[in-house]
Amino acid sequence: MSESFRQETRAWLEANCPPEMRQPVRDETDYCWGGRNAVFKNEAQRQWLDRMAGRGWTVPDWPSEDGGGGLSPEETKILKQELARIGARNPLYSFGISMLGPALLKYGNEAQKKRFLPEIARGEIRWCQGYSEPNAGSDLASLQTKCEDKGDHWLVNGQKVWTSYADKADWIFCLVRTDPAAPKHRGISFLLFDMASPGVSTKPILLISGYSPFCETFFDDVKVPKDQLVGEVDKGWDVAKYLLGHEREMISGMGLGGQSGALGEALREAVTADPALRADVARFDVDAMAFRAMSERFIDELKAGRAHPAQPSMMKYAGTELNKRRHELVMAAGGSDALEWESERSRKGKSAREWLRTKANSIEGGTSEIQLGIIAKRILDLPGA
Amino acid sequence: MPLYLTDDQAMLQDTARGFMAGEGAIAKELRHWRDKACKDGFGHALWKQFAEMGFTGILIDEAQGGLGLGHVEAGIVLEEIGRNLTPSPFLITAIAFVEAVRGTPHADRWYPGILSGDAVAAVAVDEGAKHRPEAIALRAERSGNGFRLSGRKQFVVQGASADVILVAAQADEGLTLFAVEKGAAGLDVEGVRLADSSIGARLTFDGVEVDADAVVGEVGAGDGALSRLLDAGRTGAAAELVGVGSAAMDMTVGYLKQRKQFGRLIGEFQALQHRAAHLYSEIEIARAATLKAQQLLDEGSPDVEAMVAVAKAKAGRASQLAVQEGVQMHGGIGMTDEYDIGLYMKRDRVLNELFGDPGFQADRLARMKGY
Repeated sequence: MSESFRQETRAWLEANCPPEMRQPVRDETDYCWGGRNAVFKNEAQRQWLDRMAGRGWTVPDWPSEDGGGGLSPEETKILKQELARIGARNPLYSFGISMLGPALLKYGNEAQKKRFLPEIARGEIRWCQGYSEPNAGSDLASLQTKCEDKGDHWLVNGQKVWTSYADKADWIFCLVRTDPAAPKHRGISFLLFDMASPGVSTKPILLISGYSPFCETFFDDVKVPKDQLVGEVDKGWDVAKYLLGHEREMISGMGLGGQSGALGEALREAVTADPALRADVARFDVDAMAFRAMSERFIDELKAGRAHPAQPSMMKYAGTELNKRRHELVMAAGGSDALEWESERSRKGKSAREWLRTKANSIEGGTSEIQLGIIAKRILDLPGA
Repeated sequence: MPLYLTDDQAMLQDTARGFMAGEGAIAKELRHWRDKACKDGFGHALWKQFAEMGFTGILIDEAQGGLGLGHVEAGIVLEEIGRNLTPSPFLITAIAFVEAVRGTPHADRWYPGILSGDAVAAVAVDEGAKHRPEAIALRAERSGNGFRLSGRKQFVVQGASADVILVAAQADEGLTLFAVEKGAAGLDVEGVRLADSSIGARLTFDGVEVDADAVVGEVGAGDGALSRLLDAGRTGAAAELVGVGSAAMDMTVGYLKQRKQFGRLIGEFQALQHRAAHLYSEIEIARAATLKAQQLLDEGSPDVEAMVAVAKAKAGRASQLAVQEGVQMHGGIGMTDEYDIGLYMKRDRVLNELFGDPGFQADRLARMKGY
């Protein structure tokens, strides 16, 4: 049964994955994000998205009625193995898939699922996440963006920060305060709205990498229809936490890098001339391959409903710390070549900019210290606040 | 195959956990034999009980009277051995030796004794203070109908009590494994107590004569059997290390929840919480890597060797972290012989050295990856 699925999948991918989409991603412009104003780098990228979305394989394990592939956990795993086997690129990078979708599947009502999930699966709407605020970082639940019930609509005022790609997103899933009098974890609601709504504005933030993937996002008397609140009013924190688990899973995957996770082969030339670096890289490769096994185990346990609910925190912590180490080693191996910031030789400072980008991995989606605190309290059951 | 235990494997885990926590407990076995200065370093009665439970035949085919299970199951037993620091010939005899002689006449000769818990086997690989299987120098010269063995071995675990020792030697044709029986003329066995109270042995071969049928497999073709032995031994040691590390972590986290200083439980201090959480993460990753290596061994995957190196290195480092944090977080009481945490530190050190330490495994992985 699973063997025939594998054969069919292999044949379909062979016929439908364009050769360009089997090349390693070179830089951020190779990512396809979809959206109302989707920019496709080439025809192959568009085709690959259309074909995968056509089968529901951008979200293979979602139910077919929600735009997914309706595959079993085992079939999903086989599909991923077959995609990895030919080095296929991810057809669609999407916070809708990795974060909002799972939350809607669990907390959305039927109308919301029907309205939003299929367009997420097809990459028609690009989503951004409105969580952090200037005074609500690690202490996310102290967020202050105000949301008032105006009878026939919600009225939103406030500011978000570190909103990834807010300037390119079509819609936002946003945490807002609906009851300022309640204790901080209550009184929060989970709201969806169009970034084109009057009163929404964004301002990109220039980072140490020289890129601006994050924005400040301002809400000035933004009117939001009543049916765009997910779950119950004042109970958005449950949705928020559930979604954060998925965000952490996604971020933890960044530590994997390539098929085996190992780094040494790619750095062969630099490390053979430098025994101390070789030892560091070898030790990294042990950790990277071990983490790869952990990711496989985590996904298997998650699909079977056997993972501890706080396990994404452990994955996020370990994966991001690993990814930072990876890029430190890449920089060390690259030496002064890797320091060039603008030259074509360095592909406009690709290594250096990526290295700097990874420093945010252990901050965004809850810092490493927040994750360690969650592990300590929820998994190890240690006492205290 | 999903990377978690099947229902059958989880049942075996329950059985092994209960058995080892009862019969193999620290007070009952490790401390008992240590305090008696036992020359074997383990109890034969418990080895017989292992046999009655079926554990000694875990890797032996059903047709030969064993359970016909794999390395995942062997690892389940080993993790419990690690948790309880149970002194046992299980890893060397029932895993490394059984795997190395599989399919040879030596299997017919020794499996029955292993199945009944009467026989104990040892493996002699190391010749210096560090594990260097690529530099085996013990000589095997043709002599009459057989061979004459000359050289030395050390860190031969259970070598002083073994009925048979598998010896890796260099013949003119190349690396060859020999099964040398207890009491062979010219073989000097010096039992040495190690830091964890297990007994290793230094062996001196002074022209030890063995018959041609002592050869395991073909003359000059010992590489295959040796790497089967080492893959099985390293993966098994990794599983035992996961057990050692997990138990040390559990004991330490338990202590953080009961010890009070400054009027608070010390587990409330963030400095300790974060270190405990990091340790948890490392142990979980080590467990996953070890299970992956076990599954690949059972599947006969070509990728197994890299993962075995990863598992042994990762489990070694994680366990090392667990015992070091364990002693530190216990404070003064962790330094006392009366408290068990220090025993975990000693066992961890020995298991880390066995079949190559994390540095050896990382170097081996690097070579496999071509750098």
